[in-house]
Amino acid sequence: MQTQGVAGKRPADIYFFATCVVDQFFPGAGLDAITLLEREGIRVHFPVAQTCCGQPAYTSGFPDQARAVAAHQLTLFPENWPLVVPSGSCAGMIKHHYPRLFADDPQRRAQAEALSLRVYEFTDFLVNVLGYAAQDQGAECTVVLHTSCSARREMGVHLSSRQLLDGMKGVTVAMQDHESECCGFGGTFSLKQPEISAAMVADKLESLKATGAERVLSADCGCLMNILGHAAWKDAQDGQTSATLPGEHIASFLLRRTEQGAAK
Amino acid sequence: MSEHTMQFMPGAGFRARARAAVDNPALRRSFRAAMDFLIAKRSAQFDDPLELETLRTLGEQIRQYNLGKLPELLEQLEARLTGNGIQVHWAETPDEANAIILGICKAHSAKLMVKGKSMVSEEIELNHACAAAGIEAMESDMGEYIVQLAGEKPSHIIMPAIHKTKEEIAHLFHDKVDGVAYTDNVDELIQIGRRVLREKFLVADIGLSGVNFAVAETGTLCLVENEGNGRLSTTAPPVHIAITGIEKVVEKLAHVPPLLSLLTRSATGQNISTYFNMISGARRPGEKDGPHEVHLVLLDNGRTQAYADEQLRTTLQCIRCGACMNHCPVYTRIGGHAYGTTYPGPIGKIVSPHLLGLEATATLTTASSLCGACGEVCPVKIPIPDLLMRLRSEAFSAPHDDPRLRGQGAARSRLMSGVWQIWARIYRSPTLYGITSWLASRFNCLTPSRQGPWTAVRTPLKPAPKRLRDLLKEKA
Amino acid sequence: MNASARQRIFAKLRSAPVLPKAAPDVAAWYAAHRSAELPAEKVARFRRHIELAHAEVHLVSAASWPQKLAEILAARQIGRLLLAPGTPHGARARSALTAEGVACPTYEAPIERWKAEMFHDIPASLTAARCAIAETGTLVLWPDAHEPRLMSLVPALHIVLLDAGKIYNTFHEVVEQEAWVAGLPTNALLISGPSKTADIQVTLAYGAHGPKELIVLLQGDEA
Repeated sequence: MQTQGVAGKRPADIYFFATCVVDQFFPGAGLDAITLLEREGIRVHFPVAQTCCGQPAYTSGFPDQARAVAAHQLTLFPENWPLVVPSGSCAGMIKHHYPRLFADDPQRRAQAEALSLRVYEFTDFLVNVLGYAAQDQGAECTVVLHTSCSARREMGVHLSSRQLLDGMKGVTVAMQDHESECCGFGGTFSLKQPEISAAMVADKLESLKATGAERVLSADCGCLMNILGHAAWKDAQDGQTSATLPGEHIASFLLRRTEQGAAK
Repeated sequence: MSEHTMQFMPGAGFRARARAAVDNPALRRSFRAAMDFLIAKRSAQFDDPLELETLRTLGEQIRQYNLGKLPELLEQLEARLTGNGIQVHWAETPDEANAIILGICKAHSAKLMVKGKSMVSEEIELNHACAAAGIEAMESDMGEYIVQLAGEKPSHIIMPAIHKTKEEIAHLFHDKVDGVAYTDNVDELIQIGRRVLREKFLVADIGLSGVNFAVAETGTLCLVENEGNGRLSTTAPPVHIAITGIEKVVEKLAHVPPLLSLLTRSATGQNISTYFNMISGARRPGEKDGPHEVHLVLLDNGRTQAYADEQLRTTLQCIRCGACMNHCPVYTRIGGHAYGTTYPGPIGKIVSPHLLGLEATATLTTASSLCGACGEVCPVKIPIPDLLMRLRSEAFSAPHDDPRLRGQGAARSRLMSGVWQIWARIYRSPTLYGITSWLASRFNCLTPSRQGPWTAVRTPLKPAPKRLRDLLKEKA
Repeated sequence: MNASARQRIFAKLRSAPVLPKAAPDVAAWYAAHRSAELPAEKVARFRRHIELAHAEVHLVSAASWPQKLAEILAARQIGRLLLAPGTPHGARARSALTAEGVACPTYEAPIERWKAEMFHDIPASLTAARCAIAETGTLVLWPDAHEPRLMSLVPALHIVLLDAGKIYNTFHEVVEQEAWVAGLPTNALLISGPSKTADIQVTLAYGAHGPKELIVLLQGDEA
C-alpha cells in the first residue's frame, strides 16, 4: 500500500535501484530521478554491482533463476536507508516477492523482509516521504498518465504520480478511457502471446491519443518501452516523421518542468 | 440439436485461436461492450470501498474455513441430504459422473432432460453423453439454449452467449426454430425461447441443475438465477439431478448470505438475483409439486489435486462469479472460446490444469500479463496472478517420478531452461552484467532490427549508447 | 464403482496437509456494516429495491387489499386467478373475486394431474410471502401444500401479499431470527422481481421463464 505520509522525517541518504531496463534503455530517466532527489538535499547511493531484480525469470516460471539473481541484489543495500526504485513493477518484486522467494532460506528471508520495509516506488517516495511538490516553471501543456499495473495493484501507489502532476500549475492531466487497463507488456507475455499483447498495446495507444494529450508519462519504463515502441512503429506505418505521442518517465518531466526557464 | 457441436481443444492451437479472435473486430466489439457494461454494473454495487474490502475478506475467510474442513463437511452434507431424502452420488471422473446420471435416466426410462445452467455439466460433457445414450438434453438457460442451438459452447460462465449479436441470434432462431419469423427484437426473441422451452418443461422426465452452495448443516442445495429456468428444472420434472464440484460445500446457513451478496454483485452487478432457490428435499407427503426424487452428484475431476497443495487449494475458493473474466484484458480481447476450456478467462487458467493436466493447459498459463485485475476483483480473494506464476513454474519444472500435478514439467524445454540459466549467470554476476551490458551499449548499432514477435508491432529495442552507470560516472 | 469413488475422493482429501482455519464471524460483519432500520425505513428500502427490479408495489390495508387485487386483475382483463382457499388470505380473495366474476381455480391435485392446464391456462396467481428483506428488495416464500412451488413460478402474473411488519433488514437477519437452521421446508425461495434475462447482448428482458409481472400488495397499518 501507498506509504503513509511521513514527510518531515527526511532521510539524508538513500539507495537507488535503477532497474535493468532503466540502466540499459532509459538511462536518462534514471539520471533525472537521481538529480531530482539530490536537488532535494538527499545523498543518493547507487551500488554499481546492482543488475536486475529478477522479475523476468520469476514471472516466466523460473523461480530458481530469479532467486539466484535476487540473492545477489540482497547483498547490496546493507545500510538502513530507503531503497528507491523508479518502477512500480521492480519495487513490487523486491517488496512483495523477495520475502516469498526466500521462504525456505531463513537467513535471506530475514534480509528480504527487512529490505521489504524500506523499498519505495519513486513517486511514492517523492510525495509521501519527501512531501515533494513540483514548482512548475513550464508553459501550459496537457499530458496523459499511464500507471503500471504493479504500481496500481501491487504497490498501491497509483495516486502519487497523479498527485505530483495535479500540483503543477501549467499541467493539465487528460483522462483516457480504460485508464486502469494493462498496456499489454507483461514482460515475456509480450513475446509468448504477441497477438494478444499487440491488441492490448494498440488499444492503449488509441485511448491515450484520443485524449489529445501532447505526451504520455509513466513511472514505469517497462510500460513506456511497450507503449512508445508501438507508437513509434505506428508512426512509421502511418508515414509520420515526428512522434505523434512522445512520452517519457515522469522523473524527466518533473525535472525539466522545474528548471528555470523550463520548456514543455 | 446439432450433431456437430463445438469441441474444445485447450493448449494446441491456442495462439491461432487467439489470433483469429483479436483479428475479428465484431467479436472484439461484442466482448468489449459487454465487459464494460458488467464492470460498470459491478462497480456501482460496490460504491463503499471499505464495505467491499471487508466483505471480500469475509468471503475469503468463509471459503477457507470450509475448505479447511472439507472432508468432514462432505460427510455431514451427505448425512443431512440423505436424511432429507436426497440421494448422494460420488464421481471421481467425468465418465463416472455421466454414468451415474445416465443410470438415473435409464431407471426412469427418460427421453428428455431439461437443464438449468450448470458449468459442471459442461465440464463432464453431459450433453454428448446423453446424446450417445439416446436422451435429449435440452438447455433451458436462454444463453445456453442459444449456444446449444448454434452447436457451440458457452463463451462466458455467467453469460454463455455473450459472443453473439442479437442479429446473429435472430438468424439462428429463424433458421433453427420451427415457424419463427426473423426478428431481432430482444423481447420477442426471449418470448420465442420461453414458448419453446415451456413445452419442454411440461413434458421433461428429468431436470438437471448445478449448485451454487451446498449447506452441510441443513442438507440444502442453493441455486442462484434470474430467469426461472433453474426453478422450473428443479421443480417441474418428476426427477431432479443436481451436479456440483466437491468444493461447493459450506458448513453453515449463515455462510450463505455474504457469499450470495458477493456472487451476484460481482457477477452481474445485481444486489441479488431474481431467484435464490433453496432445496432441502424431494416432494414430501401432502405436497403437490416438486420432484419425487432428488439426486446430488458430487464430482472430483482434479479438485483433490488442487486441494492437496496449500497454495493451489485457494483455487477451490472460487464461487464462479466470472468477475475475473469481465475485468481481464486478455479475455476481453479473445473471448471465451479461444481458451478451448470449459472455464475460460483467469479462473479457467488456474482451474483447468487440475481438470485437464498441464500438458494440455500450460500454454494457457502464459496468456496473462499478470496485470492483477482478476485478483483485485475476486470476491473471495483468490491470488490468481500468484497461482499463474506457480503453474508456469510447475510446467517448466523437471518432470517428477511421482508428480504432484498432472503434467508437471510438460512445458520443459532445453532451450528455455538454457536461456534462463544463461540469463541468471549474467545477472547474478556484476562482472558479467557489466561486460554484456557495456557491449550492448557500445555496439548498439549492431542491435538487430527484427526482434521476433516484439517488432511485429513495435520498433526494435535498442540499448542507449551509455548506461546509467556510465552517465553517473561522467557526472561524478 | 460408486462406493469406491467416494472412498478414493475421501482418501485424497484426508491425505492433504490441511490446517484448520478460524471460523468466520459473519454476525460481526453484519453488525458493523448493516444498520438495523426503523420499520418505515425498511418498508421504503424494500420498496425501492424491488421496484428497481421491475416489480410493482401497492400499499394496501388489511381491509382494502382484496379490492386492490380485484382492480389489478380488472385492469389487466384477467378473469382467472389461482389461489389457495385453505389460507385465510386465499379465502378472503376468493370471496371478494367471485363476487366480481373472477374465476378462482385452486391447486387441489398434485401437479401431474393438471400440469398442462397449469402451464397453459393459468394467467395469474396469488400467494402470501412469509417475510421480506429490505436490503435487496426480496420476498421470502416457503411453498407448502396450500401454495406449492409452481404457483409462484408458472403463471405469467404473480401477486404476492406481504405484511409490512415482516420486513427484515438482511437475509442474514432472516436466517438468524427465524432460526432457519432448526428446520427448512423442502423448498425455500427468495424472489426479487419478475423473471428476467440479459443473455442476448446484455439487453434486459423480462418474463424469461417465470412470471413476467410481479406485483406486491404491501399490507401496512394504513394505506
